[in-house]
Amino acid sequence: MYRSQVLICGGTGCTSSNSQKIIDAMQVALDKAGLNEEVKVVKTGCFGLCALGPIVIVYPEGCFYSRVEVEDVEEIVNEHLLKGRIVKRLIYNETLDVENDTIKSLNETAFYKTQQRIALRNCGVINPENIDEYIANDGYAALGKVVTEMKPEEVIQTILDSGLRGRGGAGFPTGLKWKFAAGNDADQKYVCCNADEGDPGAFMDRSILEGDPHALIEAMAIAGYAIGATQGYVYVRAEYPIAVNRLQIAIDQAREYGLLGNNIFDSDFSFDLGVRLGAGAFVCGEETALMTSIEGKRGEPRPRPPFPAVKGLFGKPTVLNNVETYANIPQIILKGSDWFNSIGTEKSKGTKVFALGGKIEHTGLVEVPMGTTLRQIVEDIGGGIPNGKKFKAAQTGGPSGGCIPASLMDVEIDYDNLLAIGSMMGSGGLIVMDEDTCMVDIAKFFLEFTVDESCGKCTPCRIGTRRMLEILNKITDGKATMEDLEKLEALCDYIKENSLCGLGQTAPNPVISTLKYFRDEYIAHIVDKKCPAGACKNLLNYSIIKDKCFGCGMCAKQCPADAIKVTDYIAPGKKLAAYEINTEKCIKCGACVASCKFKAIIKE
Amino acid sequence: MKSLAELKAIKEKAQAELAARENNVDGTRVLVGMATCGIAAGARPILTKFVGEISRRGIANVKVTQTGCIGICQYEPVVEVILPGQEKVTYVKMTEDKVDRIITEHIVNGKVVDEYTIGNCKL
Repeated sequence: MYRSQVLICGGTGCTSSNSQKIIDAMQVALDKAGLNEEVKVVKTGCFGLCALGPIVIVYPEGCFYSRVEVEDVEEIVNEHLLKGRIVKRLIYNETLDVENDTIKSLNETAFYKTQQRIALRNCGVINPENIDEYIANDGYAALGKVVTEMKPEEVIQTILDSGLRGRGGAGFPTGLKWKFAAGNDADQKYVCCNADEGDPGAFMDRSILEGDPHALIEAMAIAGYAIGATQGYVYVRAEYPIAVNRLQIAIDQAREYGLLGNNIFDSDFSFDLGVRLGAGAFVCGEETALMTSIEGKRGEPRPRPPFPAVKGLFGKPTVLNNVETYANIPQIILKGSDWFNSIGTEKSKGTKVFALGGKIEHTGLVEVPMGTTLRQIVEDIGGGIPNGKKFKAAQTGGPSGGCIPASLMDVEIDYDNLLAIGSMMGSGGLIVMDEDTCMVDIAKFFLEFTVDESCGKCTPCRIGTRRMLEILNKITDGKATMEDLEKLEALCDYIKENSLCGLGQTAPNPVISTLKYFRDEYIAHIVDKKCPAGACKNLLNYSIIKDKCFGCGMCAKQCPADAIKVTDYIAPGKKLAAYEINTEKCIKCGACVASCKFKAIIKE
Repeated sequence: MKSLAELKAIKEKAQAELAARENNVDGTRVLVGMATCGIAAGARPILTKFVGEISRRGIANVKVTQTGCIGICQYEPVVEVILPGQEKVTYVKMTEDKVDRIITEHIVNGKVVDEYTIGNCKL
């Protein structure tokens, strides 16, 4: 028994800011202090508050150290772990109770208070590479219950009753998917998991794989039992090395314990799992393309029907769900469909994990009940917009979704409400934008992504999105006409109606929704040749107000393009000659504005 | 994995460690003075004894933590025990033998071991 446990985040975010080195240094420092028998270091998955990483939590006190660096490790060991003196300068300030000189529980902070963790319940709590810790938190109890006590039909009924809908974005009822696949007789069926998370800004699935891989394995085995499949595949992108590694470790451990393999819990049920790596094509997140890719062929979508439940992987009935969907399953089995059903809104049950990113204070991972408003997520949990800027819009659903403007911040987020306002749930990326963001530029960014990622099989997507991008480029360059805008809208409709798969059908969404809520910005670019947010460089000009210029020359020194030169003009009351910008040479980097102490340089 | 009982056995074995990772502040707290004075007087074995015994007996909802110097260095090793909703009790001149009695009488049965407290200690 260890008297103290040090939990260090080993998620991708904290790892990239050196948490592995902190873990190593911690072990060395503990050895040096002779504490290695008393204090245990545990590498966990993501705690969610990635903005404050690398994160170190010390139990039993529950001290939350944020932005820890390798140099801080010795102080934590010598002061806190040896002498019991908390290192206050590293404590996350929201957990510090200054009045009573104590620390507060993490659950009392704004970030965690309103969250409800079901899919993420083990992330940041257990060591994902240790199956015993997962079992200690009721792990594999749901699989045990299903295999020994329930009939496959009962499992499917429980999932149906729970109201769980696919967390990959489209929101199809999971139980129904299982029911279809169970109803089709075949000599072989498959259970697949879509872990090909490709939306820019989304990292929910990765965090679950990194923090709680056994939850996925358990859920897939349950799905296998429910539909009568003996083999499963997890399709995960190769760009997630930590996730792939932990998943493989977890699969090996589960096999060793006999939780995967033949005759699980001494029953007739056998199930095994394989990992298939995706090379990073966005289209392989589409279900038919994903299965084609698992088969070893080029990842291209095919028309539906037949749906995967009828003819899926290798032509056999297949259930394909997203990582987060699976992560909910064991809890539903253990706590019952009524429990799950009681969380969320009328048509969207349970919780949703969002990856908060963009212009927001607390970048990270949050899980909230369905029906939470965007305002709560951005302002309360997310801590608002940095630098006192104003919220402008949030993009959900990545390149397939749309933006939610400030006026709709109080809409309760669930599948149907988001569709109604022209966005979609998507897999859960939530990118926050402030007043400096140009909405045309954002639409262009997402369209550039879809142009790159179009597989090229169907014409509307391959050529249509490229034509759209050309028009958007014309707009941000100030060369477009109102006629171009009409063409753009017509193209949106055409691509939406005629594309083969979800990628193409949803590709115009960012343009459609920004046009719906920020049409005036498009018009400002086209008619006035101005970018209201000041983001589109080709519509910007920097100039020096000569009467304000003191002639110090700082701007000229900073200018990387040598575009600022001194003039003959000396402003009244000043001693040195003013400077001016040669707009033809100017590359619009803004370095001069930052260097001017007298605020004499303006951009417009 | 052959049976649910087997799963349960693994669960129970691994559970104690996870229980220590809960973010609750209720429950009994045992604070062992671990400043330089405390360590010099032998607080480390006291601390490990508390942790070991509490886990061996499977007593739930007790947190053992270190604390700094409370200014009575001549009485070290000092241990403070706080039961939920009760006043803090300060035990002084702690030895490993005293730990057993404090756990049995005070932490489990709620009866303060008067003779070990600071009020009854003669230097």
